[in-house]
Amino acid sequence: MNLWASISQDQLINLAIFIPFFGAFLVGLLGKYPNLREAASIATSIILFTVVLAITDNTFHGTLMNMHWFDLFPGLSVSFLVEPLGVLFALVASFLWIVTTIYAIGYMRGNNEKNQTRFFICFALAISSVMAICFSDNLLTLFIFYEVLTLSTYPLVTHAGTKEAKEGGRIYLGILLSTSVGFLLFAILGTYAITGTLDFKPGGVFDESSPDLMVGLLLVLFCFGIGKAALMPFHRWLPSAMVAPTPVSALLHAVAVVKAGVFSILKVAVYIFGLDTLSDLATTDLILYAASGTMVIASIIAMTKDNLKARLAYSTIAQLSYIVLGAMLATAMGVIGSAMHIAAHAFGKITLFFVAGAIYTTAHKKLVSELDGIGKHMPLTMTAFTIGAISMIGLPPAAGFISKWYLLLGSLETSQWVAVIALILSTLLNAAYFIPIVYAAYFKSEPNDQKHQSHGEAPLMILIPLLITAGMTLFMFFNPELPLALAKQMLELSL
Amino acid sequence: MFEQHLAVLPVLLPLIAAPLVVLINKPRAAWLLSTLFVGACVYISFGLVSATMDGGALRYALGGWEPPWGIEMRVDSANAFVLLTVSVIATLVLLFAKESIASEVAHKQLPLFYSAYLLCLAGLSGILITGDAFNLFVFLEISSLATYTLVSLAADRRCLTAAFRYLVMGTIGATFILIGVGMLYMKTGTLNMLDLAERIQAVESHRTINTGLAFIMVGVSIKLALFPLHMWLPAAYSFAPSAVTAFLAGTATKVAIYVMLRFVFTIFGAGYVFEQMNMEIIVLVLALAGIFQCSFVATTQSNIKTLLAYSSVAQVGYIILGVSLVSLTGLTASLLHIFNHALMKAALFMAVGAVFYRMGSVQIIAFQGLGRRMPWTMSAFTIAGLSIIGVPLTVGFISKWYLVTAALEQGNWLVAFLVLVASLFAVVYIGKVIEAAYFKEPSEDADATKIKEVPVSMLIPMWLLVLANIYFGIDTSLTVSAATAGAEALLNGSSLVGGVQ
Repeated sequence: MNLWASISQDQLINLAIFIPFFGAFLVGLLGKYPNLREAASIATSIILFTVVLAITDNTFHGTLMNMHWFDLFPGLSVSFLVEPLGVLFALVASFLWIVTTIYAIGYMRGNNEKNQTRFFICFALAISSVMAICFSDNLLTLFIFYEVLTLSTYPLVTHAGTKEAKEGGRIYLGILLSTSVGFLLFAILGTYAITGTLDFKPGGVFDESSPDLMVGLLLVLFCFGIGKAALMPFHRWLPSAMVAPTPVSALLHAVAVVKAGVFSILKVAVYIFGLDTLSDLATTDLILYAASGTMVIASIIAMTKDNLKARLAYSTIAQLSYIVLGAMLATAMGVIGSAMHIAAHAFGKITLFFVAGAIYTTAHKKLVSELDGIGKHMPLTMTAFTIGAISMIGLPPAAGFISKWYLLLGSLETSQWVAVIALILSTLLNAAYFIPIVYAAYFKSEPNDQKHQSHGEAPLMILIPLLITAGMTLFMFFNPELPLALAKQMLELSL
Repeated sequence: MFEQHLAVLPVLLPLIAAPLVVLINKPRAAWLLSTLFVGACVYISFGLVSATMDGGALRYALGGWEPPWGIEMRVDSANAFVLLTVSVIATLVLLFAKESIASEVAHKQLPLFYSAYLLCLAGLSGILITGDAFNLFVFLEISSLATYTLVSLAADRRCLTAAFRYLVMGTIGATFILIGVGMLYMKTGTLNMLDLAERIQAVESHRTINTGLAFIMVGVSIKLALFPLHMWLPAAYSFAPSAVTAFLAGTATKVAIYVMLRFVFTIFGAGYVFEQMNMEIIVLVLALAGIFQCSFVATTQSNIKTLLAYSSVAQVGYIILGVSLVSLTGLTASLLHIFNHALMKAALFMAVGAVFYRMGSVQIIAFQGLGRRMPWTMSAFTIAGLSIIGVPLTVGFISKWYLVTAALEQGNWLVAFLVLVASLFAVVYIGKVIEAAYFKEPSEDADATKIKEVPVSMLIPMWLLVLANIYFGIDTSLTVSAATAGAEALLNGSSLVGGVQ
């Protein structure tokens, strides 16, 4: 099924990065013809997905793919190497890009948004940098594209151009840039000063000669420096980013950007520190507690939010900490759970955001308290919402159950009782803020005020994508083999 | 025939052109002639860089009088690198100046402007290539006097106060340097740099030498605008004609920094200045204080030229910080940043000059909504601004990387951290302008319909600099090897002493 068999397999990496890049270019050229422009967006996303499929195929066959671009400093290059974890993330991101593109077209047109060309250009650029992050071979490359991702998503956050949007954009850029420059870059340079290398290496780059205190400090700097993982107290940018149009919140701030954050943490944990080093460090527990705390606190804040997107944003913050927590367990179970959760949370959360956007486009409602009885008008949409919510809570038959299972096993195995309690608490809290929405939608009667107008389901361009992602959430529960296989392959590499 | 005189040509060419320009007395012809001569300087500087790349030095006895009695010109990889920077910036700014200056300076003064510009360049080149401490002072005065003239040529009358203030401070600085050089002469009886270096080693730590060092350091610090002796700079940069600001930001302070490097490393010797006199602590603290204070002040400015001027003082702090680390990497970082910062700041000031050309103002309110009306200018500003912030794939990132690596090499984690944190201020002050340009509506009173992109002759030099910001941010082999060679030449005082071509 390798559509790209005829070219050098190493070139697949370039294709994955440059296809969305040229897609952005094409979108810019076709800006005056909306239909052609949208066709270009969809075509680009489909072609990209076939490339990522080919890369996945190669990875399972053990073909090593790498790509050297140039030396930025003597001995430090911008280069790429395909490894299983990156493949998993690339698969999720590129598949969801197709779905989101279709959704975005429906949403942007349905709401008559301005500057649609700029929107689709920045969107494609963001995906291009996500691909580069997925396949980066060293911290320098990762850092470069991490920053490109921040900058290319900034115009998307400020898209509306209102005072609120600018304020949100300022917080977004402020927190992401300051953590990445102040902590992440510092941690990278520190790693370089201690080990003399920045390459991702199975088993890690630190050895006995590295001073424990410094290595421990570096771990803290990495975890807080990767601000996209939204570990508290550096999480404020995520709710601020919710002023963006919903497709942005859905793909970028529930999947691509935040997953780039936790993916980076996972990658640093496995390939820079290595699980052995990690389990010996005193600060690993510190980050574990920070993640546990974030899970619980963010869930509590989520309960207080009446704005649906804000509630989903805080839910995302909590869910991201699941992944950080799994990495800090420093065991096979934990890392598998984290890798699974990257995929599971992506499908579940994007469904929820799609639903929020569908409700906004159709019924012009943003608040949870306005949703009474909406299930009667939008039965399919609310079914999808229910599936997403079940996945967030971590119940069968949704994908979230599997990853949470592994995370719980990992926590029990290492007797991390704080983590166990946090996971259980978070499950309860998730139920407490999602189930009332579902209940209200189906069982409460509609208020009879003038605001209410008769409406049905959202347009097909919006409805179909959210049904697909909801379906995927169920599908992954029954067929978790692909992400599991990739996660296990990664562990085999590092053992 | 030119081969043997190569080392002195960067001074001679502009010096010859300066009176010619006045005699021609026609703006267009004056511009053309200046550009030709300055362009030739770029070509020669390239030749000098490649001739000294291997670590050797070109020596030239002025008028055939052998040193140490005669004045010697001396080009090694350190000053060749800075010379190249200066002449490239000078050429690009001249290209930019044709339209920009014509709108800011009275028509009949234009030939005088070009003449002063050439004299300034001659002075700066002279400072760079001379091997004689007193001669350095002479060239310093030539360039400074020309600079005061350039600053005072703007149409805005406030430039006169700024120029006068600059003149007072600059003269104090020059006097301090002269006194310092005089003391060295008193003690050693020579003015040739290499000769001085040898003799100072013999009598080092004598009180006269110590005092001389103090005078020179203070004098040079005024010239290079080291915190807290920088107060002349923001006013001068704000009120000078736009092209002059772009030129000065890219060259004048850079040359002054070179003077400090030359005195510290070649004449006094790093061992004496840093190990015996412990200068690095003073310099380090001042550099850090300057970085933080001026970056902060920059965030509070609403005049964008003033904002960038404060940013320049802060960037000088980064360069001096690299020096104070007294290591090969640190010095490489400094030399790299001299070049890199010239690229970004000249580009930024050109963009601001372009805005002034159309809007007649550089207040932040004038920038509102320009993202659509002047797309090329504002995207140039954005990219150069990202470079100041130090975003990867721009030259700013390269400088920052080397500077932080240098600090970490010495186990100085605190300084490394502070450098990174300080660069966040740049996010604020650059972000402010970008936000106004792209996300705000144009102000009501501006005659918005007439605002359009500036002429291509202004955009080309601006974009050449912007592309250089990106190119040298990706392909670092040329700049890094030139800077490393320069740093080695400076640190390797001993090889300099005996080093004849």
